[in-house]
Amino acid sequence: MHYETLIIGAGLSGLAAGIRLAYFDQQVCVLERHTTIGGLNSFYRLRGRNHDVGLHAVTNYAKPGTKTGPLSKLLRQLRIRWDDFSLCEQNGSSIKFPGCTLQFSNDFELLHEQINSAFPSEKDHFARLHQFLINFDELDLQQNAQSARETLNQYLGDAMLIDMLFCPLMFYGSAKPDDMDLNQFVVMYKSIFMEGFGRPFKGVRPIMKTLVRQYKKLGGELRLRAGVKRILTDGNRAVGVELDDGTQLTADRILSSAGAVETAQLCPPCPSTKEEASFEPIAGDVTFNEIIDTLDTTPAELGHNETIIFFNNSEKFSYRKPDEPCDLQSGIICSPNNFQYDTPLEEGCIRVTALANHDYWLSLSEEEYIEAKADWVQKIRETAIQHLPDYRSHIIDTDSFTPKTIKRYTGHINGCVYGAPNKSLDGSTNWDNLLLCGTDQGFLGIVGAMLSGITMANNHCLMN
Amino acid sequence: MAPAEIRQVILDILKKIAPDEDLSSLDDSVPFREQMELDSMDFLDIVMELRKAYRVQIPEEDYHHLGTMDSTVTYLTPILKDV
Ligand SMILES: Cc1cc2nc3c(=O)[nH]c(=O)nc-3n(C[C@H](O)[C@H](O)[C@H](O)COP(=O)(O)OP(=O)(O)OC[C@H]3O[C@@H](n4cnc5c(N)ncnc54)[C@H](O)[C@@H]3O)c2cc1C
Repeated sequence: MHYETLIIGAGLSGLAAGIRLAYFDQQVCVLERHTTIGGLNSFYRLRGRNHDVGLHAVTNYAKPGTKTGPLSKLLRQLRIRWDDFSLCEQNGSSIKFPGCTLQFSNDFELLHEQINSAFPSEKDHFARLHQFLINFDELDLQQNAQSARETLNQYLGDAMLIDMLFCPLMFYGSAKPDDMDLNQFVVMYKSIFMEGFGRPFKGVRPIMKTLVRQYKKLGGELRLRAGVKRILTDGNRAVGVELDDGTQLTADRILSSAGAVETAQLCPPCPSTKEEASFEPIAGDVTFNEIIDTLDTTPAELGHNETIIFFNNSEKFSYRKPDEPCDLQSGIICSPNNFQYDTPLEEGCIRVTALANHDYWLSLSEEEYIEAKADWVQKIRETAIQHLPDYRSHIIDTDSFTPKTIKRYTGHINGCVYGAPNKSLDGSTNWDNLLLCGTDQGFLGIVGAMLSGITMANNHCLMN
Repeated sequence: MAPAEIRQVILDILKKIAPDEDLSSLDDSVPFREQMELDSMDFLDIVMELRKAYRVQIPEEDYHHLGTMDSTVTYLTPILKDV
């Protein structure tokens, strides 16, 4: 079989790219190794309950009818309606550090006021930083990576304020230990602090289902259980793929959302005629454990109304692979109930995320793994209840995942959520006709992944 | 296609790309960008929709002709005259 474009991965980026190409009548096929769609943002049923793999909150909230911003842009590009996602706004979230809390909501003014009153001496500095970030063109795909920390150090004097700003933005989108690329920082700053959080009443399902329905309606082909074993090349060019079952498919071009290192590993060592490789992806090593507790009551009944808490208990915020199996000094606490829905969710739920050491989690035997997982669920939960009412007597079910789970279901090296620390913003690889989309192109998160698929489809698959 | 038909084709495309825009008061001599929220992604879509519907190829160096309704119709009239 020959296709104009083959897409590796039926996650958000692959499906979004597929919709663009199918809409403009390309012969396109999405290849997915797993038995279902979704990738890092999939969903599953366990003991009679629906769970989301990844979704805490959709960033880049925009009200219906909004004409600008990433969410409106992607809805227009995919020809889907705001109502298909029907995002409900968050109640409000916070960043909690020792002795200092900053609240934020979908109205940037709240964060602004909180910063001014908690850090009065930084008032003017922060105003200047904010103006710089607003004017920054984070979507310029030709820019070189710069350190966000260096930039923040130039504007702000208070190390704690810098770390507090970094905390949510790193947790929701940094593949780099203790720093971010400046463009990524700006993307996350605007999408979290300025636009804010929303969530569909039914979680990630309506998002994934809308994408796959739209893709198929437009004539796109989706093959599940169709892992790409290797990418076929000819000279400098990628020309097709061989699937796990030996089937060979050819294509004018291939768009891969499997990750940069993961995709390179599907190719022969190096294009024989290229002098030197232009892009050397590095395997990432920032990743997480997460626990999902189902409660017999709602967080609000227990007195907890906040949507997401980003906490750090130590003097300095450390965002890197911990020496321990999980880092108990910091984390994310998300309550999917605490969005402004018309009717409440059926059950209460608390999700807690902690940085994890992938070497540890990937080295355990099956038996050790089960035991360690149970053990660390307790420990992670104990750190969380320092920041919200002790809900432990209300737990009726718990699921948890580790880097091993992420690796098993998405194939991402080291079970990494945010991929390689160095991104290929223009999507190029060392092979002609082989492009990256999704995490390792550099637009992260739910909205980012979709925009990445759209942008790479536009720039590399439609413009010629 | 006559200029008036071409104008309607472009209006229909704009409706698809930007369903929330009110196009009834569009001024044909003023750049689209000044009247509606259109970015480069949307301009690509105008080109792609024309290709999809009428198989016309608009090279990138000609995209600047698509600034206003008037210039778009003028540019497309010879290209679409036999459609
Ligand atoms: C625990 C967790 C919480 C998160 N929370 C949020 C959140 O609250 N808000 C937010 O915006 N984002 C969140 N994210 C991030 C978001 O889920 C991701 O950024 C996004 O889903 C990435 O999409 P993608 O298409 O780039 O990659 P993926 O979803 O990983 O898609 C890649 C796909 O390729 C497939 N694949 C890989 N190799 C092959 C192969 N050789 N052959 C065939 N198929 C292959 C994989 O199975 C996978 O389906 C979270 C992620 C996780 C894990």
